[in-house]
Amino acid sequence: MSWLFAFSPEELTAIRLSLWVAFWAMLGSLPIGVAIALLLSRGQFWGKSLLNVLVHLPLIMPPVVTGYLLLLLFGRKGPVGQFLAETLGIVFAFRWTGAALACAVMGFPLLLRSIRLSLDAVDRRLEDAAGTLGANTLWIFLTITLPLILPGIVAGMILSFARALGEFGATITFVSNIPGETQTLPTAIYMLIQVPGGDLAALRLTLVSIAISMLALFVSEALIERATRRVQGL
Amino acid sequence: MLSVAVAHRLGEFRLAAAFESGGGLTALFGRSGSGKTSLVNAIAGLIRPERGRIAVDGEVLTDTARGVFVPARRRHVGYVFQEGRLFPHLTVRQNLLYGHWFAARRGRAGEVEHVIELLGIGELLGRRPANLSGGEKQRVAIGRALLAQPRLLVMDEPLASLDEERKTEILPYIERLRDEFAIPIVYVSHAIAEVTRLATTIVVMSEGRVAAIGSTAEIMGRIDLFPLTGRAEAGAILNTRVAEHDVRFGLTTLRSAAGDLRVPYIDMRLGAQLRVRIRARDVMIALERPRGLSALNILPGTVAEISDAEGASVEMRLDCGGEALIARLTKRSVEALGLVPGREVYAVIKSIAFDHQAFAGAAPSTPGADADTRHG
Repeated sequence: MSWLFAFSPEELTAIRLSLWVAFWAMLGSLPIGVAIALLLSRGQFWGKSLLNVLVHLPLIMPPVVTGYLLLLLFGRKGPVGQFLAETLGIVFAFRWTGAALACAVMGFPLLLRSIRLSLDAVDRRLEDAAGTLGANTLWIFLTITLPLILPGIVAGMILSFARALGEFGATITFVSNIPGETQTLPTAIYMLIQVPGGDLAALRLTLVSIAISMLALFVSEALIERATRRVQGL
Repeated sequence: MLSVAVAHRLGEFRLAAAFESGGGLTALFGRSGSGKTSLVNAIAGLIRPERGRIAVDGEVLTDTARGVFVPARRRHVGYVFQEGRLFPHLTVRQNLLYGHWFAARRGRAGEVEHVIELLGIGELLGRRPANLSGGEKQRVAIGRALLAQPRLLVMDEPLASLDEERKTEILPYIERLRDEFAIPIVYVSHAIAEVTRLATTIVVMSEGRVAAIGSTAEIMGRIDLFPLTGRAEAGAILNTRVAEHDVRFGLTTLRSAAGDLRVPYIDMRLGAQLRVRIRARDVMIALERPRGLSALNILPGTVAEISDAEGASVEMRLDCGGEALIARLTKRSVEALGLVPGREVYAVIKSIAFDHQAFAGAAPSTPGADADTRHG
């Protein structure tokens, strides 16, 4: 069984990078997810259904298409990519940041859905009550709405994280498969299957992948239960 | 001083109501769907009326003609909701202090301990709303609204979701708010027992309009309003004073302008004021002072008004030394006794008729609020 733990430095890098990319994909999409969920749940504006369709597109489109669109937009020659590189010095193309962006976009619909559903379930009358007690809109959001939707946020974050761990198509299309920079678990496994004698290493990474996914689900269940109990005041 | 004149439309329903209140507890009384809640929501700033003006202590909160609409958070109108609306994720203490924090920031920190003690919720501070009984929840909701240091307290059917026992538990607390804190209260209810016990002024609402407005005794003594105030529980209010205790028979004598009433023993000091509701169905009428009768209370009076009701019975208002008393009689008795306005009669009330529901505790210390009726 010693082969099971005989990770090569490249494999360890892929594992670490996968977690790193998934973590930033999750964290980066969170504030935008909450903002758009608020907009869709509470806002009344022209183009609302269009926005709704747009943010859900990555769920339905082939990941390759999403990856290619990202490449067009955020690549070195892409309008957004060029702007960000020149003004803020942020480069996505063929960097781990690009992998995180691809994962964030792919996981975004799941994150958004989860937050929006919990927002829709919030009793708006509690917010009215907070208003009569002197709280302004921001304060009401921070002290009433946000704690009440916490289970939804946690669930959405875990879904986004899990989706990022498994993301393959958009990532490989957008930022390719560079060991140590953009090579995550799925792309590493895919590469290992392609080369002769890579089966054992592929199996190792597959088991790691399963272990991380199960752990994430267990943690999320526990967190969601805790948050839900808190919200219900039990 | 509260002044409200509001016109608003909600689908088919039209609200067009106006009233003024000079303090004490103003009850908005009427059937469900008569527009009471919409009216208090407009006062609290939770709805923006189409037309109207609302002012508290001279400060204009809403004036559609001048485009004024102060948001709810800056109105300092405390709101106790029917369902409590406690924040489920916060403890009782955090709920209580939620609005207090804002009040403290504008230099109006109240006596937290005093409010907690007044409402008897000291034991509950560490708990969460899910672990509170209905009555406890409402007491915390009252405390939360009170600690935000409001200049006006609005209560929307705060007892409607509670059983009889819980209601009796909460009522004394509301009386203490009215009397000890002397905070003006607008109290929405469709329960006549609550209203007669608590109100200084009653605003009778019907189909979005103010049907009548006046002091509690005045409104309860108007038999023309019974279709709105409810016939079954109808009864007049007498303002009395504890005059004597009879330990041997366990009786207390209450003195009123209409005469003395002997009622089952009440544990109150001599001289204390007490408001008594005498239900119309508990009053009998005799043409001469009856003798050899078990009933202890016989009040002389004059027939002032006889209602024109449908069915077998009618209501009759008696003038007893300036106070109104209502009696319900069958039409047959009215004819048999030849009762007409001006006729001198005797009202007979059994002492046993005074159950706990009849006593309204200490009468409000503030005199009847001056109020007028204006339709907006």
